[in-house]
Amino acid sequence: MDQLLQHLLNGLLLGATYSLLGIGLTLVFGLMSVVNFAHGEFYTLGAYAAFAALTLASVHFFLAIPLAIVAGAAAGAICERVLLRPLRGQSIDTVMLVMIGVWIAMQNAELLGWGGVAKSVPTPFPTQPLVLGPVSVAPLRVFVFVVSGGLILGAHLLLARTRLGRAMRATFQDRETAALMGVSIERVHTITFAFGAGLAAAAGALLGPVFLLYPSMGDLASLKAFSVVILGGLGNFAGAALGGIVLGVAEELGAGYVSSGYRDAVGFLIIVAVLLLRPSGLFARAERVG
Amino acid sequence: MTLEARDLTVRFGGVAALTGVSFTVAPGTVTSLIGPNGAGKTTAFNVITGFQRPTQGTVRHEGEPITGWRPHRIAARGLVRTFQKTSVFPGLTVRENVLTGLHLQGRVGLAAALLARGRVRAEEQRLEVEADRVIDFVGLGARRAEAASGLSYGDQRRLELAVALAARPRLLLLDEPASGMSASEKLTIAALIGRIREQGITVFLVEHDMRLVMGISDRVLVLNYGRLIADGDPAAVQRDPEVVRAYLGSGAHAHA
Amino acid sequence: MSGIARGLGLLVVATAPAWVWNPYHLHTLIMAGIFAVLALSLNLLLGYTGQLSLGHAAFFGVGAYATGLLTVKLEWSPWIGLLAAIVLPGAAGYVIGRLALKLRGAYFVLLTISFAGCVSLVSVNWMELTNGPLGLPGVPPLEIALPGLPALSLRTKSAFYYVVVIAVALCYLVCLALIRSRVGRALVALRENETLAASVGIDGTHYLVLAAVVSAAMAGFGGGLYAHYTRFVSPEVFLFTYTVTMVIMVVAGGKGTLAGPVVGAVLFTVLPEALRAATSWQWQMLLYGVLLVAVLFFVPEGIVPALRAAGPALRRRWSAA
Repeated sequence: MDQLLQHLLNGLLLGATYSLLGIGLTLVFGLMSVVNFAHGEFYTLGAYAAFAALTLASVHFFLAIPLAIVAGAAAGAICERVLLRPLRGQSIDTVMLVMIGVWIAMQNAELLGWGGVAKSVPTPFPTQPLVLGPVSVAPLRVFVFVVSGGLILGAHLLLARTRLGRAMRATFQDRETAALMGVSIERVHTITFAFGAGLAAAAGALLGPVFLLYPSMGDLASLKAFSVVILGGLGNFAGAALGGIVLGVAEELGAGYVSSGYRDAVGFLIIVAVLLLRPSGLFARAERVG
Repeated sequence: MTLEARDLTVRFGGVAALTGVSFTVAPGTVTSLIGPNGAGKTTAFNVITGFQRPTQGTVRHEGEPITGWRPHRIAARGLVRTFQKTSVFPGLTVRENVLTGLHLQGRVGLAAALLARGRVRAEEQRLEVEADRVIDFVGLGARRAEAASGLSYGDQRRLELAVALAARPRLLLLDEPASGMSASEKLTIAALIGRIREQGITVFLVEHDMRLVMGISDRVLVLNYGRLIADGDPAAVQRDPEVVRAYLGSGAHAHA
Repeated sequence: MSGIARGLGLLVVATAPAWVWNPYHLHTLIMAGIFAVLALSLNLLLGYTGQLSLGHAAFFGVGAYATGLLTVKLEWSPWIGLLAAIVLPGAAGYVIGRLALKLRGAYFVLLTISFAGCVSLVSVNWMELTNGPLGLPGVPPLEIALPGLPALSLRTKSAFYYVVVIAVALCYLVCLALIRSRVGRALVALRENETLAASVGIDGTHYLVLAAVVSAAMAGFGGGLYAHYTRFVSPEVFLFTYTVTMVIMVVAGGKGTLAGPVVGAVLFTVLPEALRAATSWQWQMLLYGVLLVAVLFFVPEGIVPALRAAGPALRRRWSAA
């Protein structure tokens, strides 16, 4: 029973970061219809940016994370402006292939820049786990959870309460009307993509210290992000938030009770299962087709 | 009866696109389905041809229930439809488009394609002759080798018709075949529909152009807000007060 | 291409082992051939039905492991192994196609990635079956053993070169036969307008499954060839770089054409070798990524169609000059 609680707790803590990853992608995939296979690379960028800030510039740990977010958002904005805007109107497959190209290029740039050796990120937290009754938890993971939760809340508020958020929602519901009402469609697209990239970078900066940094870490992150998006339904913010937790818990239970080697298979299996059984996602409402 | 629809109801979330629609289509006739925009005409087409599952109700083709069958199976029974938005195979030539439409007239599968080249050659020759016949029937002979995406709007619609005809329909469902056409093009389409009927093909069409509809139809069905409000010969329907109300009331005006 | 050009080309290809002195260059050509088989297989899905499989390395890998396991652990004949390398991935392709049903576009891609990911994890973790990361060494070479004649082992590069040439020609002909038939038209209809295709009786799922099976079987064939050439199979066959390389070969070469993937395969096997002296494979992969984007921006149809389109224009300029 204690083991179960431990797994559930671990899953919850990890899942919050998956939610962060997934929310970024669901906005881009669901709202912009861009199949962003490079999403994991913004995650990696965030992780390495935080690492660079910490080790090269001796920036304080708590500052490294916002820096990483900014780096990710900036990269996302550039990507949207240079690559996606000219392609607007092209088939979704062309855009998908372009993002695959970005994926390959970014990952190998990381490889060239940082080398293939895994790096560990120094953190100011004690390694001694906190013991709360039957479960124990590393302080770092609590921090990661709290920050993830905060960012998710912040994202929600931005989308639901601010003018920018309204402009974003309007654009993706009805572009023409939004444009007539004075919304700059171009800017909304750039900001949305940057937003998604920034959230991915945040996830990377947060999870980097928990695991290790290596250039291909983004591959699994991408898959897990897609897994979360599919679970929660395209464009569904709350669905992605919930989906991340589900994935985190499922992974921990799978690793604990089945085998740790197949841990990452959980994400794949979720994708396959949901796509086959309920393609619109577990939390989506029944929708008109065609 | 060629086609029999009974109690068709289609609901999306809270919206009812069709409610309790029942009608029949007699063989060898031209039946038209009219109604203001959003009345549910294309939804009815979608249900009949398998592109939409009805929430309730049945569709029978020559006595056989086909409700919920997948579109390609329904097409194999001879029910072929065109689409409201021009639908062709854009990257292919006119000839290739029609050859694709002739799919059901061919037999070659994976095994034959790889191992029985003689049979493939013979089939290709047979299909090409048939394709040319259909292309000439709709009057696109001069554009045989042109890419579909490069055709004019009117020619694309004619190509659409050719592709549908290639599938050897017994019942042809045309979704707004004359939309966006000039007056003379509409006359051509009307004549074409007449010739199609002469071939023994039953025609069921959705149209907005009243003159066209009243000119060629044996029977007219009127939908409004998903319900069937009139069903009879053109003259009677035109005089029906509820039909007049539906058109004037919704703000849509009949294209005369 | 004119008859003379074609004849010369065939002569060059047929006699390569005679005048390619450096065995490493011959190795490059053999790899180009194996990749041509892979590119042709991916093209069937991507170029003709329009669906992208990003897990194609999985079919390649399953083929390699199928023949590797049968010939190393059960000591069966390599030809049976090669047959298994075709059939087993073909069956996997059938499963994917059936599972995919109505999934198209990005969802289909995700399904293929997930499948590939699972297969890759199994190959690494199921030690009893696959030896895990250590791999299967000692895969026997192909051998021609006709009764009455001494066995001819196809283990030299020259011998295997001819095996590969025949394999590429075979696969090319299979693709050609499919495309130039009603089956090929149905596949293309899926890409061009699946809804319209359904309205004239084309069963989208059936043809997608068909394409997936043939495509997977062909990729598996490439994997089998690879296993009997390198004589070693490890989880490295599932590396994403293989899939990426296949995609770039097809997209840059010209998807939807038959020459495109072959040209792409040769180009993107020979080019990296030429660059290898100067740069590392990381730069190469980086370049691939940039190149993929560049091709999609500037030559979206691919090299072969672009050359074909430019052909008449060039000819006109020559005759005018």
